[in-house]
Amino acid sequence: MSEPPSYPQIEPTTFDLIAAGTGLAECIVAAAASASGKTVLHLDTNPFYGSHYSSLSVPELTSFLNSNSTPSSPPSSTSTTTDSLDYSIVNLTTQPVYSDVEISCFYPELLEENLRKFNLDLCGPRVLFCADKLIDLMLKSGASHYVEFKSIDASFVGDGNGKLWNVPDSRAAIFKDKSLTLKEKNQLMRFFKLVQGHLVATVAAGSSGDDGNGNDEKEGKTKISDEDLERPFIEYLSNMQLPPKIRSIILYAIAMADYDQDDRGVCQNLLKTKDGIDRLSLYQSSVGRFTNASGALIYPVYGQGELPQAFSRRSAVKGCIYVLRMPVTALLMEKDSGRYKGVRLASGQDIFSQKLVLDPSLTLASPSASPSDLLHESFNFLSTRDVRGKVARGICITRNSLKPDMSNLLVVYPPRSLYPEQITSIRALQISGNLAVCPLGMFVLYLSALCDDAIQGKRLLNAAMNVLLTFPDSVNSESSSTVQSENTEEKPTVIWSGLYIQEMSTVLHILNFSLTISIPRVHTHVDIGMASILFQGQFDSINFAPMPDGNLNYNDISDAAVKLFQEMYPNEEYFPETTPPENSEDDIGLSLET
Amino acid sequence: MHGRPRKAPKPEDLAAFSAKAEKLRILQSQFLSNHHQKIYTKEAVELSAKLLEINPECYTAWNYRKLAVQHNLFESNLDPDAVNSILNDELRVVENALRQNFKSYGAWYHRKWVLNKGHSSIENELRLLDKLQNVDPRNFHAWNYRRFVAALLNRSDEDELNHTQDLIDKNISNYSAWHNRSVLVSNLMKKKVQAFSQKDEVLIREYELVRDAVFTDEDDQSGWFYHLWLLDQTVKAESPLLTSSWPAHGSDITLSGDRYLDLGSSPFNTYHFDSGSLLLILYFNQAVEGVNVSTVTVSSGFNVNKDVIWKPILSNNSKTAHVWVGQLKFPKVELDSLGAYTLEVTLGHSQGIISSGGFHYSHPSHFSFTVHVQPAKKEPVDGFGSEKISWRDENFHIYEPDSLQSDLVLPLDHLSIKNEHELSDSSWQEKIIDEEISNFRELLDCKIGKLTLARLLTARDALVSSDKSVHSEEVLRLYSELMKLDPPHSQFYKDEHSLILFEKVISGRESLLSYCFRYRNLTSSSSSNPICLRLNGLSLSRLGSFEKLLWVQMLDLSHNELRSIEGLEAMQLLSHLNLSKNKLGSFTSLESLRHLKSLKVLDLSYNEIGAHSVDTTRYLCSSPLCHSIGRSEWDGSEIVTDGVSLVSYWEAFFILKGLKLTQLDITGNAIADEKFTAFLAEVLPALKWLDGVQLN
Repeated sequence: MSEPPSYPQIEPTTFDLIAAGTGLAECIVAAAASASGKTVLHLDTNPFYGSHYSSLSVPELTSFLNSNSTPSSPPSSTSTTTDSLDYSIVNLTTQPVYSDVEISCFYPELLEENLRKFNLDLCGPRVLFCADKLIDLMLKSGASHYVEFKSIDASFVGDGNGKLWNVPDSRAAIFKDKSLTLKEKNQLMRFFKLVQGHLVATVAAGSSGDDGNGNDEKEGKTKISDEDLERPFIEYLSNMQLPPKIRSIILYAIAMADYDQDDRGVCQNLLKTKDGIDRLSLYQSSVGRFTNASGALIYPVYGQGELPQAFSRRSAVKGCIYVLRMPVTALLMEKDSGRYKGVRLASGQDIFSQKLVLDPSLTLASPSASPSDLLHESFNFLSTRDVRGKVARGICITRNSLKPDMSNLLVVYPPRSLYPEQITSIRALQISGNLAVCPLGMFVLYLSALCDDAIQGKRLLNAAMNVLLTFPDSVNSESSSTVQSENTEEKPTVIWSGLYIQEMSTVLHILNFSLTISIPRVHTHVDIGMASILFQGQFDSINFAPMPDGNLNYNDISDAAVKLFQEMYPNEEYFPETTPPENSEDDIGLSLET
Repeated sequence: MHGRPRKAPKPEDLAAFSAKAEKLRILQSQFLSNHHQKIYTKEAVELSAKLLEINPECYTAWNYRKLAVQHNLFESNLDPDAVNSILNDELRVVENALRQNFKSYGAWYHRKWVLNKGHSSIENELRLLDKLQNVDPRNFHAWNYRRFVAALLNRSDEDELNHTQDLIDKNISNYSAWHNRSVLVSNLMKKKVQAFSQKDEVLIREYELVRDAVFTDEDDQSGWFYHLWLLDQTVKAESPLLTSSWPAHGSDITLSGDRYLDLGSSPFNTYHFDSGSLLLILYFNQAVEGVNVSTVTVSSGFNVNKDVIWKPILSNNSKTAHVWVGQLKFPKVELDSLGAYTLEVTLGHSQGIISSGGFHYSHPSHFSFTVHVQPAKKEPVDGFGSEKISWRDENFHIYEPDSLQSDLVLPLDHLSIKNEHELSDSSWQEKIIDEEISNFRELLDCKIGKLTLARLLTARDALVSSDKSVHSEEVLRLYSELMKLDPPHSQFYKDEHSLILFEKVISGRESLLSYCFRYRNLTSSSSSNPICLRLNGLSLSRLGSFEKLLWVQMLDLSHNELRSIEGLEAMQLLSHLNLSKNKLGSFTSLESLRHLKSLKVLDLSYNEIGAHSVDTTRYLCSSPLCHSIGRSEWDGSEIVTDGVSLVSYWEAFFILKGLKLTQLDITGNAIADEKFTAFLAEVLPALKWLDGVQLN
């Protein structure tokens, strides 16, 4: 593999935009730019689309995780030639994104013939809400034509005893719920109605101006006070006299909060009421948006990797050129101004563009080649890694469902539900063969939890896995098949598992996003203001795409892509309405299988 | 579809409409010519299909297709393949038509017609229905059709019940599903299907379900109605029962030939009879029919003339009534001498008394009482009956039971008949309702919670015994809160509040006695002091509990907020009635008075009769055009000479005509003017006092 096959020559050699890496955000930006008539070249080192957002077969996944968990040797041969006259060459290198990769195969014989029949998500567990921004974007851009979705059957809250409790996330679900008392049903539904009233009142106030208030009062739709909106959500929920059980359901299973909201000490992201309400609103408007979707959540058939591909196809239709297996080895900078001019490819070809979007795992190589002191400093700075912000991910393949009568389901373990030191929620998503991510009759369980370090992360994942699944060693140690047969609600046995820690690094922090556009990999506690003043001049043409975050959906990624596009092309419309929409009556342009 | 605003058509839509209309017109004329010439070729039939797919409302086309089907079926010689293809074609056309408008009566009817031929498969029907009901889950055509298909398929009620469960699970606001559920549950309980044989278990299951719905969304009305239905199922006695009677069981009645001569007996039990007959009043817990000499036996100490003529006191046109009145003729001989007779009334020993719901009176019951006859001693004098009655406060004196008479007052406690059957199996009902009460105490911060709790508590009180209403204070408080909480419906709560208050006031001997007064007009020479029940100034808006008031002859309901006196017809002994200073809006709201044949003195002064130009109660009242009134009753030409006044006052005429009023007060109503006064004098020839003025 060291001797790459002959790279194709790329024609033309000048583009408006070059994107290196086919992660979701890069694909969205490429599609948006193509839609606005820009010429775009989209490259990827890998032989597949999606980069860190792709879905891979078992061997592909293993090798991708392993190759991205060790620092790559700097591409020595081609890029060290700094003999270019007009440009200084800044080498690029790949940073390790994953660490502590742990792959175990317990029943190789069961997997052997099926290894390639898997589409395992690298950035799982992930789903889309029916009312997600990304869904809107797909409908608007036309990317929805290339993906089909299916509903997630149900969501649950798990407890330490392995029991799964239905998440009462809608009126129908509250009605059917067997674990809530009558009083709790009433309280929860009233809270939902309060939120709906707030949203209606907000919309009404927005559209009708001042006179809206009188009408709203009449209909009993009152807004939540601004003062309340700024308070922590947990405080607001307690003020509404909601009991802890309901609070926990709302916070972790509907608003999908990550950190323990009760414990200010460990909580790194205390949810404000405003954000909590927004998340509830997203959830509620998702339920019933598409008549053939049963709940709030949907999942793409063939896995999450379909999403970047769908946008790629959309860009290709608009003239974007795609080249896979083509690493970018270096940046070409104008000697005098230090301004970005283009990239050098692994093939040795130099390609020029106005703008550049880079895969988040790429970084500037050792400072030896730097032409000036100023840049030198910046490289050091750029290579500084945010030590915090990791997400522990796990993938388990089983042959039984967690719930015998369901195939696709979400389980949330709220903080402290499994052990006292559990400070973040653990989410687990089971996807079955009917979504074409694995052979029929098999199931893939994705897990994730935010963590500070690998030890903590692995502990989180293992705690959930131990509650949900059976590991073959423990079965062997008991060495009794009788135990299995006695227990009718047998936990699924793991056939294969992969655990890894993924760096989330910087760009995800939406707070400082506008600054990190030009200075990626800045961690929050650094004086960003200063840094941005120093480097903006040099780097405004180079942008880094975000790493997959620890969220369940892509809302933040999608926001980041919009920002990226708007920073680069402030005067261009983001996916202009081109052809008259095919389905003008309803917005059900989304193909959902039922 | 529900809740979708209608948009104004755009110009291009209008153009499309007219194009469509033109196309339809052509199709229609072609179709009609085919129809008239009885052409049933493939092309002709296809043409009608085209027409129907555009306009499913074209009923003629459906009928044409029926003729065509019959014609073609005959031609096909019932070759199974041909029959199948003909009928399947029809089903396809209907399905397309329904897609165009699935509220089309013609299309649904045609489908039923085809299926009733019995040759086509029904299996697809439920699938089609599921599809349609997905779009509009409360379409009543679809629901009717579903019941039809379920019957055709012989689907069990249990399966259909599960189907309603699925729909309710999907959306608890699907009132149609709840309704169908109530029908199915009733059927299953009636048939005593397994798992539905124990009424209490079924009800407990249903309560659990609807409780989840009501608690999940207390604003959704579907659940309220189902809960109300369940409560009714819980407390209602299936078979009719005698609630009370007059004379009451164990009472001593004095029948006096003289008018109200007080000869030491209790004024409560002294009645005058002019006609030599004794009224018997039967009050049932539900409207019944079939009360007659063969179903009710009256045995008396005297052998003569045992046949009693029973008449229903009707407030509507059906043959069933809550109240039945019998006239028991006393032989002349017995009336002329002092004597005591014990009478016993038994009913339910033979079948024949049937409730409006179709249930038989199945628990034999009886009551007995003693009648003391006091023959008239004097010639009738111009006494109490002809003297003007003044309802002023100073003429009423608190009734203080004479110690000697105390046991004679006793019958008040026995006013309603104790029924052992009722008490025997009420423990499960109590249990269920207690459970519901404790649940709904958790939902007290919304109106449905309060209202349901009030209803439950009322039902609970009704279960225990007739006299003690343990929860009435709480219920009254709940209704008062509701009036404030929900102003648009405050009149309804007010009415409910009134009923409870009314019952509370007249329940229990102590309470009732405190509202009993003796009438004594100081200026009058008459020595009779009748008992008057004075329920004035209680802000009552509705009356109830008549079964406990059958004995009342003089009733003061003035200074209340009555808009109607519905149910008052049960008080057959009533001779003096004061309805002054209420909110009665018209004569039609007084229809009950028509049945009070003993009524002599009536005060309607200071109401709102004639004040409302639109009288909504008019539509609830029998009109002169109604067949049930009968010619004889309306043949008023001989009485009223002035045709104009008859037309303008027909309601008054209709209500008052049969009454033999001697005193009437109508002043203070918008309707009262000279013309009306003249009209009254003509309609009521026996009238001696009108608005306090003696007539000649």
